[in-house]
Amino acid sequence: MLDESFYSKADEILNRYPAQERSLIPIIHEIQETYNYVPVELLPYVAKHIGITETKAYSVASFYERFSFEPKGKFIIRVCDGTACHVRQSLPVLERLRSELGLSEKKHTTDDMLFTVETVSCLGACSLAPALMVNEHVHPAMTPDKATALVKELREEAAKS
Amino acid sequence: MGVMKIDGFPVEFTDEPNILSVIRKAGIDLPTLCYHSELSIYGACRLCTVEDDKGRMFASCSEQPRDGLSIRTSTPRLVRYRRMLIELMLASHHRDCTTCVKNGDCELQNLAHRLGVNSVPWGYRERKYERDFSSPSIVRDPDKCILCGDCVRVCEGIQGINAIDFAHRGTDAMVIPAFNKKIADTDCVNCGQCRVVCPTGAISINTNIRPVWEALADPNIKVFAQVAPAVRVAAGQAFGGPRGENVMGKIVAALHRLGFDEVYDTTFGADMTILEESKEFLEIFEKGGPFPLLTSCCPAWVSFCEKRWPEFVPNISTSYSPLQMLGSVAREYYKDPKNNEGKKILSVAIMPCTAKKAEILREDLKRDGKQNVDYVLTTEEMITMIKRAGIEFDALESEAADMPFGIGSGGGVIFGNSGGVMEAALRTLCEGPDRPAIEKLRQSGVRGPGPLREFTFNYKGNEIKAAVVSGLGEADALLQRIKNGESFYHFVEIMACRRGCIMGGGQPAHAGFRTKEARKHGLYESDVNTQIKKSNENPTALALYDTLIKGREHELLHKHKHAS
Repeated sequence: MLDESFYSKADEILNRYPAQERSLIPIIHEIQETYNYVPVELLPYVAKHIGITETKAYSVASFYERFSFEPKGKFIIRVCDGTACHVRQSLPVLERLRSELGLSEKKHTTDDMLFTVETVSCLGACSLAPALMVNEHVHPAMTPDKATALVKELREEAAKS
Repeated sequence: MGVMKIDGFPVEFTDEPNILSVIRKAGIDLPTLCYHSELSIYGACRLCTVEDDKGRMFASCSEQPRDGLSIRTSTPRLVRYRRMLIELMLASHHRDCTTCVKNGDCELQNLAHRLGVNSVPWGYRERKYERDFSSPSIVRDPDKCILCGDCVRVCEGIQGINAIDFAHRGTDAMVIPAFNKKIADTDCVNCGQCRVVCPTGAISINTNIRPVWEALADPNIKVFAQVAPAVRVAAGQAFGGPRGENVMGKIVAALHRLGFDEVYDTTFGADMTILEESKEFLEIFEKGGPFPLLTSCCPAWVSFCEKRWPEFVPNISTSYSPLQMLGSVAREYYKDPKNNEGKKILSVAIMPCTAKKAEILREDLKRDGKQNVDYVLTTEEMITMIKRAGIEFDALESEAADMPFGIGSGGGVIFGNSGGVMEAALRTLCEGPDRPAIEKLRQSGVRGPGPLREFTFNYKGNEIKAAVVSGLGEADALLQRIKNGESFYHFVEIMACRRGCIMGGGQPAHAGFRTKEARKHGLYESDVNTQIKKSNENPTALALYDTLIKGREHELLHKHKHAS
């Protein structure tokens, strides 16, 4: 059972949109922005409010890779594996990140909820290949060593705050 | 209006919604896996692709007919194309065909054979997902799903439920309930329409054949069956008989040979339902409300009402459904040592319906903690048992149903059609000489095409406003109108499946328009051939009121308290 605060936050978001089917995606976007993920309990709540079935809401939400039902880390590292990044060696970067953080293809988020490592199909930053994003920030021309340094830097940043 | 050329031959078209319908009208059975005329057009399977004069290929289900258009339906290119489509579907399909429940009745398998797919060049796909046995009515096997979306569209579009839908995407795409829940934990009402349209073994009937078969072989158990009206007009075709023919006599004979000690007719139960329901209606009608009275025979509808329209639950008649009526009365009858011969009793119902499998388990329909009926077998399961036993159905001599629950009226037998319950109920209120009164009712609008029919019936100078609706999406809209005050009725019959029980979730699948019509006419014809037309003139039912159920009507024939 989710804490009451999740529902009041959801109400706040819901009130900004018309209670219609087409509001579904913007609403789950905002929920995800708020919590870094979409708490599963909120989806039926949203669906009911805008007058669709939870099955339909799940169908839409599960379609998009961007939406996650699992809590994510403070830093979401999205490694681009589009064609340009792939040929310029994005996979070694990904492998280094995973080994640094003890993650794998199955396990995306560290137990301390600090890091999530995912791949994306294209960041639209092909000229900067291989690229990755940390939350909303793009890091160009990555190498495995730069990835190690990045993790260290982010850890320090987290320790400070 | 116009003329098209199909494979060089001119074909006229009028109001066909798409080219596919024109092609089929011209006598060419173009293969499809995702096209059902009653569902929205999806265009997913691409098997109905045709080629025009310029070599352009398009899906004929998704294009309108145009005057002067010239198309070809099976050029070498199209044949290759279709074969590859099937090969690709088979590549991602868990192909345990020889042991699959759908073996021999699978549309994918049939098409693979018909289109000459002799090998699949992309290896074998192992089982990836768990099967879902949570529902008493249907079994989900996602490894068999080809993503045609038929089940999704019938569940959402026709039934307005949307218990299952597409989820995830690409190679991970599946048809599942939200959050991959068990189907029993969703709004599913067990109507089984998804399994009727499923071309493969991805959704099938949750079968109870085994325990029934074991009981049949046990000399210490007396097993009796009741057979619902709609079963008799659907089973014959599976044994090579004509569409829609009433084969009740042969069904009785086959069930006797399978070892059933007695075979009763649910039509008798239907008459009991009508006796009670029309009494209930008159009481409400004379009292002046609350209206409308909603019928209680269809368990998928009752479940839908409880889940989506709890405010209308008190309007549902408390009378037992025909299955429960016969089950309840027979249970009482077999308490007498004279009747049970000192044996244990097993009560089986042969139904066109998957939701009945759930109905018999309902707590509020149990009496003294016991079910009124032990097992429900669908028409499909009965056909399977007859075939498994090697009984030559078509060679059987007809036999009559057993007494004392073997006689039913014409009103009882038409229960299987949408509108039948209403017609049977109103028949009991007909005044004056029977033949003209029944004929007048028949033409009042209670019969006819379409999922919704509204009409009026004159009773002792008062007008009864009635409606008949089939398909839960349509019922949902009707209830909304009633709630909004836009519509008013005294009496409403609701059946979950379009056209009623003849198209129930347990009936043989692949029924096209002609089969649907034939089943309907089959029941109406059975009514014509029955001497007793009105449920309140069924002598065996009436006799019970003086004996077995005397003073116990409420206990034996009514649901005691609505679950709400």
